[in-house]
Amino acid sequence: MNPIYLDNNATSRVAPEVLEAMLPYLQEFYGNPSSMHTFGGQVGRKVRRAREQVANLLSAAPEEIIFTSCGTESDNTAIRSALATNPGKRHIVTTRVEHPAVLSLGARLAQEGCRVTEIPVDAEGRLNMVQYAKSLTPDTAIVSVMWANNETGVIFPVEEMAAQARNRGILFHTDAVQAVGKIPIDMRNSSIDMLSLSGHKLHAPKGVGALYVRKGTRFSPFLIGGHQEKGRRGGTENVPSIIALGLACDLAGQKMTRENTFVKFLRDKLENTLLEKVPRCRVNGDRSSRLPNTSNISFEFVEGEAILLRLDEYAICASSGSACTSGSLQPSHVLRAMGVPFTMAHGSIRFSLSIYNTEQEIDFVIDTMPGIIENLRALSPYWEVGDAVCARVVE
Amino acid sequence: MWEYTDKVKEHFLNPRNVGEVENPDGAATVGSLACGDALKLTFRLDEQGRIVDARFKTFGCASAIASASALTEMIKGMTVEEAAKITNQDIANFLGGLPEEKMHCSVMGREALEAAIAHYRGEPAPTEEGKIICECFGVTEEEIARVVKENNLRTIEEVTNYTKAGGGCGGCHEAIQEIIDRVRGEAKEIIRPKLSNIQKIKMIEETIDREIRPALQMDGGDLELIDVVGNRVLVATRGACASCAASHLTMKQVVEAKLRELVWPELEVEEVSK
Repeated sequence: MNPIYLDNNATSRVAPEVLEAMLPYLQEFYGNPSSMHTFGGQVGRKVRRAREQVANLLSAAPEEIIFTSCGTESDNTAIRSALATNPGKRHIVTTRVEHPAVLSLGARLAQEGCRVTEIPVDAEGRLNMVQYAKSLTPDTAIVSVMWANNETGVIFPVEEMAAQARNRGILFHTDAVQAVGKIPIDMRNSSIDMLSLSGHKLHAPKGVGALYVRKGTRFSPFLIGGHQEKGRRGGTENVPSIIALGLACDLAGQKMTRENTFVKFLRDKLENTLLEKVPRCRVNGDRSSRLPNTSNISFEFVEGEAILLRLDEYAICASSGSACTSGSLQPSHVLRAMGVPFTMAHGSIRFSLSIYNTEQEIDFVIDTMPGIIENLRALSPYWEVGDAVCARVVE
Repeated sequence: MWEYTDKVKEHFLNPRNVGEVENPDGAATVGSLACGDALKLTFRLDEQGRIVDARFKTFGCASAIASASALTEMIKGMTVEEAAKITNQDIANFLGGLPEEKMHCSVMGREALEAAIAHYRGEPAPTEEGKIICECFGVTEEEIARVVKENNLRTIEEVTNYTKAGGGCGGCHEAIQEIIDRVRGEAKEIIRPKLSNIQKIKMIEETIDREIRPALQMDGGDLELIDVVGNRVLVATRGACASCAASHLTMKQVVEAKLRELVWPELEVEEVSK
């Protein structure tokens, strides 16, 4: 059975065109782009082309793109670089709802003697801009704020925030891993200094990412090694994946409209119908400023892992912010930061769509989901069957 | 994705005995919404004092639902006295095992069973008594001590897997460690005389891997166990330790102390070059 894949914020399928384009570079064209011979040089040309393609999607210049191994490496590189090039400054501003790539790094840097400020969010997952403005100090080396949240899809006002940082002479980095390819990004008139993106979220393979570094930004490499990437990232280039990332960016640019019309239509249909059909559920995150593909819905009085494994029986793939799926014992840090009540947080399901989804698939999920929730609620001691009244709410 | 056994999956997808027994002889609810799982267990006895009907309602993940379903199947036909002997390990075994991180689901089953039996006997629920150690999940000292003892737990992480205690803010880790040390200290007196040479070597290896090596590796060092001769533990230092002037002190104060504490009180660590 083909899966109904609604977990594209976790990872996405490699576009067939992308796979086809990269395969020759795993087979006959295995040369090293740094080599002097023609055999390697032809590969170098393809890497240059890929750099242009990635830059195009961001309306950036090719020399502003550094290829990395993943979004996490890009994030680590950007933040470490800002600290290294601002040796007197030891303060970092970020948010409570960042990806672990930034949050855990912040925790590590705090151990290393940095001061880290995490901007809180409101119940809708929106950043507290008053506190943001107050957090910027002469000691601040860098602000790192994600463009869009991976769990809720909420889009943050990064341009406005970057402008404020620039006014204070502070570097601004954004983890745009979830945003690139889903919403238009234009670095021409931007105040953003550095931007992370990841291949496998936009239909390229896992193991490749990029860091945009604005021309003129002082930079300190994370991986020290050879002269690759103009000395900004040592290590032989992951040629097939870089070529794949280039083409994936190209395709993402071409399909941006489809993402924001068709995919958004499917997401809205899924979300609105479930809200209508299933009692006691709600959407997590500001619906007015969200990625077109993401929907995070909480189903009260049932537990997320149980929902996911019942969905799995129908080959429907999604994810959850519940404690049981995270490997920790508490619900996701994002939902907790938003103050989502426990009755809701444990039963949260994230659907994240892509251009490869069909309306038929969404209709199937719409038909399947209410029964699964009803069934699990019948098992729940907090749910009285029939009249949709919670039996006892223990907070 | 968790590695659930087929039996866990089967009980999760087709749970047995869902619902509530009318006019139950024993009933109890343990857990809470805040904790992420809860179980309501009810049972009824026949004239001979055997459990004729047992039903459950669970809010929780797949293994919580499967554990509760398994529990109701297990206790049907038992007398209350027989049912009272069921441990969390019995529930896990019935399901062909549970992932370590999910063992707390089996513990919740046993807790609900005990509480329902206590209700039947007109006694207070056992888990409600005692000093709360983990505020986040409301776990008592008695509960932690008992699970450590019954499941032979060694680390805070294991205690968290089995009881959730320590899985929230982490403020109680020190207190949990004290309970582990106390319970294992009591248990050790009995284990010691039985330690064979092979067991000793195995325990030394495990202790080095778990307790010592991670700390050394954080400083770029390492340690290799060369041999164990009687109570002499022969080790070679590696990495930064090999060139560290203080490595002798580390061997005596850290490695030897840990091995004496956790394996055998008369062990002596000797550094050899190899």
